[in-house]
Amino acid sequence: MNAFEYAMPKSIDEAISLLSETPGESQVMAGGTDLVTALKQGIVSPKRVVSLRHIDELKSIEASGDGLRIGAMATLDDLAAHDGVKAGAASIVTAIKGIGSQQITSIGTIGGDLCQLPRDWYFRLGFGLVAQYEGKDLVAEGDNRYHAIFGNDGPAKFVNASVLAPALIALGAKASVVGSGGAKREIALEELFHAPKKSEDGNTTLASNEIVTHILLPLGARKNALYHVKPRHGLDWPIVSAAVAFENDGGKAKNARGGLGHVAPMPWVSASAAKALEGAALDEDTAAKVGAAAAEGASPLSRNAYKVHLTKVAVKRAILAAMA
Amino acid sequence: MAKNAWPPADKTVLMGKRIARLDGPAKSTGRAKYAYDMNRPGMLYARLLSSPHAAAKVTAINLDEAKKVPGVVGAWAEIATAEPDNEVRYAGEIIASVAATSEEAAREALTKIQVQYQVLPHLVDDTDATKSDGREQGEDKPDAAAVDAAISGAEVKVSGKYGLACITHACHESHGQVCEFGADGNLYVWPSTQNVSAYAGGLKDASGLAVNQIFVDCQYMGGGFGSKFDSGRWGAISVRISKETGKPVKLMLERDQELLIGGNRPSAYADVTVGATKDGTISVWSSNAWGSGGMGGAGRLGVPYVFTKIPNVRTLSKGVRTNRRGAVAWRAPGHPQACLITMAAIADLAAELKMDELEFFLKNVALTDRPEVYTEELKIAADMIGYKDKAHLRSNPTPGTLKRGLGIGIHTWGGIGNDSQTEVVINPDGAVSVSIGTQDLGVGTRTAVAIVAAETLGLPLDKVQANIGKNSYPPSGASGGSTTIGGVSASTRDASTIALNALLEKVAPVLGVTVDELEARDGKIQVAATPSKSLPWAKACSLLGQMPISGRGENKRGKGVSDGTILDDQGVGGVQIADVSVDVETGQVFINEFVAVQDCGRIVDLLTAESQVYGALIMGVTYALYEECIYDNITGRMLNADLEFYRLATLADVGKLKVHMMTGPGYDTRGVIGLGEPPVIAPGAAISNAVANAIGVRVPTLPLTPEKVLAALEQGGKLA
Ligand SMILES: Cc1cc2nc3c(=O)[nH]c(=O)nc-3n(C[C@H](O)[C@H](O)[C@H](O)COP(=O)(O)OP(=O)(O)OC[C@H]3O[C@@H](n4cnc5c(N)ncnc54)[C@H](O)[C@@H]3O)c2cc1C
Ligand code: SF4
Repeated sequence: MNAFEYAMPKSIDEAISLLSETPGESQVMAGGTDLVTALKQGIVSPKRVVSLRHIDELKSIEASGDGLRIGAMATLDDLAAHDGVKAGAASIVTAIKGIGSQQITSIGTIGGDLCQLPRDWYFRLGFGLVAQYEGKDLVAEGDNRYHAIFGNDGPAKFVNASVLAPALIALGAKASVVGSGGAKREIALEELFHAPKKSEDGNTTLASNEIVTHILLPLGARKNALYHVKPRHGLDWPIVSAAVAFENDGGKAKNARGGLGHVAPMPWVSASAAKALEGAALDEDTAAKVGAAAAEGASPLSRNAYKVHLTKVAVKRAILAAMA
Repeated sequence: MAKNAWPPADKTVLMGKRIARLDGPAKSTGRAKYAYDMNRPGMLYARLLSSPHAAAKVTAINLDEAKKVPGVVGAWAEIATAEPDNEVRYAGEIIASVAATSEEAAREALTKIQVQYQVLPHLVDDTDATKSDGREQGEDKPDAAAVDAAISGAEVKVSGKYGLACITHACHESHGQVCEFGADGNLYVWPSTQNVSAYAGGLKDASGLAVNQIFVDCQYMGGGFGSKFDSGRWGAISVRISKETGKPVKLMLERDQELLIGGNRPSAYADVTVGATKDGTISVWSSNAWGSGGMGGAGRLGVPYVFTKIPNVRTLSKGVRTNRRGAVAWRAPGHPQACLITMAAIADLAAELKMDELEFFLKNVALTDRPEVYTEELKIAADMIGYKDKAHLRSNPTPGTLKRGLGIGIHTWGGIGNDSQTEVVINPDGAVSVSIGTQDLGVGTRTAVAIVAAETLGLPLDKVQANIGKNSYPPSGASGGSTTIGGVSASTRDASTIALNALLEKVAPVLGVTVDELEARDGKIQVAATPSKSLPWAKACSLLGQMPISGRGENKRGKGVSDGTILDDQGVGGVQIADVSVDVETGQVFINEFVAVQDCGRIVDLLTAESQVYGALIMGVTYALYEECIYDNITGRMLNADLEFYRLATLADVGKLKVHMMTGPGYDTRGVIGLGEPPVIAPGAAISNAVANAIGVRVPTLPLTPEKVLAALEQGGKLA
C-alpha cells in the first residue's frame, strides 16, 4: 500500500471537487471493504482517497414515486432490512444474505457493491483488467474456471463482481451519477458497466471524478427472485447468479426482465431469455425453456463450459422461485 | 507408595472426564498473546520479498530506493546474484528483506526493491505424470506375472483414476517470530512453533550464540499441522536483522506468503485396478501412482492403505518434481492421500458388485491389522448415522435433484509418545507447579498436563499450575506425528509420582503407617485401607518445612518412564461415515451429517479428545470440498494465495458432526495414544465415497467442486 492523502468531504459538491483536483489519481471510498484490499494488493495506488462516509445525504433510503431512492452509501444491511425492499424486491435481499458475512454487509454499501473491482485472480495479481503476460492473453490461455462465458469476445474476460446489479437490472433500476462541476445524469443501471478494451479503462463507465449518488429502484407488484450458485454456504462469491422480475398477467409473464451475474465483464442482460419469458405461461416448462434461452450465444472459454450449464439452472430456479 | 501405572479408568477423578481447556477464557477474551501480539520497545517490523517467478536466476538486486523510504532501517538481499546460488525454484521463494519502524513502511519498501530475473522455463502442473518433462523421479516396483494373472482371473474388477490436489497448511497464525537481544547478551524469541525445546538450534548461526543463551517462549500458537517444527529462513533472517540493528524484530509471513511457502501437502494421483471374488473378498490390487510435493518430488504412496493383507499387490509410485515449494509434513503425511485412493477404489469395487458398502468393508476387515477394532467401530458408526435406514446401492439413487448418499473411510495411525521430561514441584504451602518444555498447538496439551498431575496428586485442577512453552523447562519432544499426549502424560505422571512419594515419606511417620499404605486422593494424603486416617494436602505439605520437593520424570520413546512402566501405546484405528446431499443440477455438495468413531487408548480429557476429532472433521470437509493450490501454467504463480479462492470451510458448511471415542476394555485399558493425525485421514475418502453413492458416478479427484461434480455427471451420462 502506498501513502496517500485521505479526504472526508461533507457534501457531494465537495467530494466532486476533491476528485476533480487530481484527475485519475483519486479513489472514492465507500465502506472500504474492496478498496482497502485493492490498496493493499497494490492494484490501485491513488494519491488521494476520498471517503463518502461523511456525506449524510448519501446514506438515506427514501420513498420516491412508485419506488425508492437509495443513497449510494446505504449499507447492505440497511437495504436488506428495509420494509419496502423486503416487500417488493426479494431478489435484493437474497443477494445480500448470500454474501454470507455479517462483517461485510454491515459496512459494505450499495454503491461499493456496484462499483467494486473484479475478483479476477490475474487482475488481483497485478496483470491488469485485460490480463496480459508476454503477449499472452492470460485468461484465454490460463485458468479461466471462474471467468466470462458471455461478452468475452473482446480483450476483457473477467466477470463483474456485483451481487446486486443483476437484481437491480431485472427490477429496472437507474443510477444517478454526479460529475464535473456537479453535472448530473441518470442512466439505466446496465449503462454503468462496460467491458474495457484496455486495463486503464476500468470496469465502469464512470469518469474519474464521477460518483454514483443514488439508485432509483421502481417497486411494483412484480414477482422477482434471484438464484445464485455458491461453492460455500458461508462467505463466498456466486459462480453464477440470475435475477428475474415480471408481472403475473393472468398466469402469463408480462414486462419480463432479467439479469445474470458473474458470467460477463458486466452484469449480463439476456435478450433471448426476456423474449422467451415474455407472454409465456408461468410454469416449470417455461422456466426450463427460459433457462435454455438464457444460455444461447454463450462462448465458454477452455474450462468454464460448466458455467453455461449453471446459467440455465440458475435462470430456471430464479423463475421458479419468483413464481412461488 | 504411589505407582506409575494408570489407575483403572473407572477409578479416576479427572482423567477421562470432560474438562474444558484451562486457557479457553484467555483465548476467547484475547488475553492470550500469540507471537504476532508480542510488541517490544523500539521493535522493528521486518518483511520479506518473494519471487514472482517459479523458475529464474537472480542477476541483480537493487535496494537503494527501498532504503530511502522513511522509517526504513535496512534492506538486505537474501539470495545470491551470481551462480550457483542465485536460482529461484518456486514462486514465493525469498529474495530480499526489509526492516522498518512501521509495518506500512516495510511493506512500501518491498515495492521499491528492484530485482532482475533471468526467467527460466517452469513446470507447476502435477496432474499429468506424462507431462512431467523428464522431471519425474522415484522408484518403480513392477512385479510378478502373478498380479497380472490375479487381475485377469478376478471374478469382478474395476479400474479407476483417483487423486487429490496439492494443498497448503493455511495456518491461521502465519509463520514467524518476534526476537530481541537482551542487555545480558542473550537472545529472547517468541515464535509460533510446534517444537519449543529444540527451536533454538535453528537460530545458533544467525545469532552467534550457544543454545543455552537463546530463550524461547511460545505460550499459544495458531496452527502448525506439521509446518512449524523449525525456525525457518524467516526465523534466521529476523535474528540476523535484530543483531545487525540492535533492535527487537517482528517478522511474520504475510497471508499470501503463508499460503505460498508456509506449507505444502503433496498431491497424489493413481490409476488403480482392484479385483475381488464374486462373494466380495478383495483378491488383487494394482496401482500406478504419482504425486508431487513441489521441487522435492514426493515420497512413495502407501497403498493399499489399511487393507494391507490383500494377497496380490503391485504398486508403482513416482514423485514428480515441480516448481513449487517443497513438501512439508501435513497431519499424517501420506495417509490422507493413500486413504482416499484405497477407499475410493474399494468402494467402486463394492458398487460394481452391487454390494452394500458397509457390508463390503465388514467382509474385508480380515485384510487389515485390526479386524476387531474396525468391526466394532464400523457398527457403532453405522448406528450413529442411521445407516440401515439411509443406505442404498449406488445403482439405486434417491429420487429428485438433491441426491443423498453415504460413504465410508477407515484409517490407522501409530501415535507413540515422544521423548519428554517433566518437573513437578510441591511447595510447603501446598501449591504445585508442573513444568515441561512442550507446546500447546491449541489442542489442550496444557490442560492435559495439569489433569495428569492433579489426578496423580489427588488434587483439584486449580491447585496445579501447568507451565509449558519455554525451552528453559525440561525438554519435551516436537509435536508431530501424534506423539505429544503420550509423551507428556507419561513424563508428567512419572514426575508427579516421584514428587508425591517424597511427600509420602514425610507423612508416613506422622500417620504412623508405612509409605506403601498411603495414597493421595480428594485433597488429602490418606491411608488407603482406612481413609479416615488422613492429613489434608496443605497440612501434609507443611511438613516440608522451608524446602519445596520436586520430582523429575521422563518418558523415553518406546521404553517407558523412569521405572520402566509403559504409560503410552501406539496403533489405532478409526472409522468415519459421511452423509451428503449433492445437487445434481449445480454440482454442489452439502454435508448433512458426518460421524467419526475413534480410539486413542487411554483418554486424558474426553472433551479435548472429542474436540480434536471435531476439528479434524472440519479440516477434512475443507480438503474434501474446497482446498486446492491453484497454479497458473503460464506465469508459474499461485492464483489463490489468499483465503478468498483458497477456500476453507465455514461453520455453515460442515454439517452436523458426531464423534464417538472408544472406551472400555481393549481401549482405555491401553496406554495414552496421540490423536493429532488419525481423525483427519479418512474424511476425504468418506466424503468422496458418499458423493459417489449419491450421484451414481465417481468424481475422481478432490476437491469435489461443482465444476468437477458436473463433469463427472456428464461423463457418466447423468447430467440432468
Ligand atoms: C475479503 C473480502 C471478501 C469478500 N467476499 C465477498 C463474497 O464472498 N461475496 C460477495 O458478494 N462479496 C464479497 N465481498 C465484497 C463486498 O461485498 C464488496 O466489497 C462490498 O459490497 C463493497 O462495498 P464497499 O462499500 O465496502 O465498497 P468500497 O470498497 O468502498 O468501494 C468499492 C469500489 O467502488 C468504488 N465506489 C464505491 N462507492 C462508489 C460510488 N458511490 N461511486 C463511485 N464509485 C464508488 C470505490 O472507488 C472502489 O473502487 C468481499 C470483500 C472482501 C474485502
Ligand atoms: S477473519 Fe474475522 S477477525 Fe479476521 S479480519 Fe476477517 S472478519 Fe476480522
